[in-house]
Amino acid sequence: MSVMVVRKKAMRKWEKLPGRNTFCCDGRIMMARQKGIFYLTLFLILGTCALFFAFECRYLAVQLSPAIPVFAVVLFLFAMAMLLRTSFSDPGVIPRALPDEAAFIEMEIEATNGTVPQGQRPPPRIKNFQINNQIVKLKYCYTCKIFRPPRASHCSICDNCVERFDHHCPWVGNCVGKRNYRYFYLFILSLSLLTIYIFTFNIVYVALKSLKIGFLNTLKETPGTYLSPPHGAYLPFRPLCPVVGLTGFHTFLVALNQTTNEDIKGAWTGKNRVQNPYSHGNIVKNCCEVLCGPLPPSVLDRRGILQQEESGAQGDSSTRGPSTQEPGALEKSSTQEPGAAQVLSAQAVGSTREGSSSPTRQSAVPMLPLSPTGMPEETQPSAVELPAQTRDDGPTEH
Amino acid sequence: MASEAHDLQELRRSASLATKVFVQRDYSDGTLCQFQTKFPLELDSRLERQLFEETVKTLNGFYAEAEKIGGSSYLEGCLACATAYFIFLCMETHYEKVLKKIAKYIQEQNEQVYAPRGLLLTDPVERGMRVISIYEDRCSSRSSSSRSSSSGGGGGR
Repeated sequence: MSVMVVRKKAMRKWEKLPGRNTFCCDGRIMMARQKGIFYLTLFLILGTCALFFAFECRYLAVQLSPAIPVFAVVLFLFAMAMLLRTSFSDPGVIPRALPDEAAFIEMEIEATNGTVPQGQRPPPRIKNFQINNQIVKLKYCYTCKIFRPPRASHCSICDNCVERFDHHCPWVGNCVGKRNYRYFYLFILSLSLLTIYIFTFNIVYVALKSLKIGFLNTLKETPGTYLSPPHGAYLPFRPLCPVVGLTGFHTFLVALNQTTNEDIKGAWTGKNRVQNPYSHGNIVKNCCEVLCGPLPPSVLDRRGILQQEESGAQGDSSTRGPSTQEPGALEKSSTQEPGAAQVLSAQAVGSTREGSSSPTRQSAVPMLPLSPTGMPEETQPSAVELPAQTRDDGPTEH
Repeated sequence: MASEAHDLQELRRSASLATKVFVQRDYSDGTLCQFQTKFPLELDSRLERQLFEETVKTLNGFYAEAEKIGGSSYLEGCLACATAYFIFLCMETHYEKVLKKIAKYIQEQNEQVYAPRGLLLTDPVERGMRVISIYEDRCSSRSSSSRSSSSGGGGGR
């Protein structure tokens, strides 16, 4: 009977998750690494709204109706809530395959393809499935070591496979996928409405004031040319066109139950391509499914507690799992002493997901980062406004 | 029964003593979460086909219920949208409720069906809903004859 010294360390799973994400608030918030443009988005929205509330609203509330700023506040709060929800939530990241699962899949692949001699490029790993009488190909992800579900794609910026991957949006600082697409859509919709609303009432403000004191005096009266309402009338106009355009584009995608990724790659268009098997053929049904459909919870379990057990040197050769087969890839906690024989086994206890309670689960699953293989992944388009850069390294799929 | 289930929980930690069988997803219905009902040959000597199929079909039924698009899901979606999704701070989504039911069902199945046969079914949610993994206790297959003769014996390890 070996003696096992267990030193519990309250480390959460998010600290060991592979991929290029940043986590805040002890795993509650999940974003991409580059957040600069997200801060710019926040600044633009807050700045424009602050100017509107500070200048126009005071005048219009008195002259026209107090409902004007009230509605603007409601719209502003809704847009901000949707932005933060899009930016901070898990877009639908598919966790990477653990070594045992990856080995099982490898075995299956080798059984189908046979072993490839050294130096030769292995055949593309593709599985064919028939969905609604259309043949859909599932590609193998070399980074995550899984066959990607249909409509999933690997985001090279976040280095994760994301379900129903739409695009990586630098403006929200996160990928847009299955779990946060509706928040993203509601964000751009409410932002468009807000921008149009502010722009309209800026014009109304200038018109009303000009009627009383003349247009030139209106310009003179307002402090600072840059902050002045006439100039401020132009401020929301600049983001108006791309945001409204983007909302229109996504409305089109929602009506057809397509993703940006599929649209850019032309997955369902063209002569020799299959038709979109996910569309219900009915615009209303498609919209309802995308926007009001059931919301799957995150499977990442970011806040589950990761217990790392340390054992003495005599310990536990019998309890060593597959983790010791790859000593170079072992995760080492900062409290572990170097040189001691280490056995890492992770145990998730009492996990909670995104504010909702879930039953306490006991599971012991070895956690290992999977080292990326030499096979490069295709880059994903990062945003619709930016020029699309796609690089296919394998044969064209779909 | 419960002690066998507990031993099988131990089994996960000693993964080298366990053979793992993975039941993959079945994408023929699209992106809905469904698992293949094809019986894994590795379990041929351990488990009856019918029991396995019944388990997987029940799980598929649960997932279909979770992802069902109908009146109640639309109502939930619209209500949530109207409250800017803050309502989910107070209540669980329908999907989460069904996942709880699934966890309970899997626990029952383990206690009643799988543990007596030296197997352990894991919840697919732990694997990102990609696979149902079945852990097979190699030791129990050797000691199963002795265990069946003894009464209420624990998993011999």
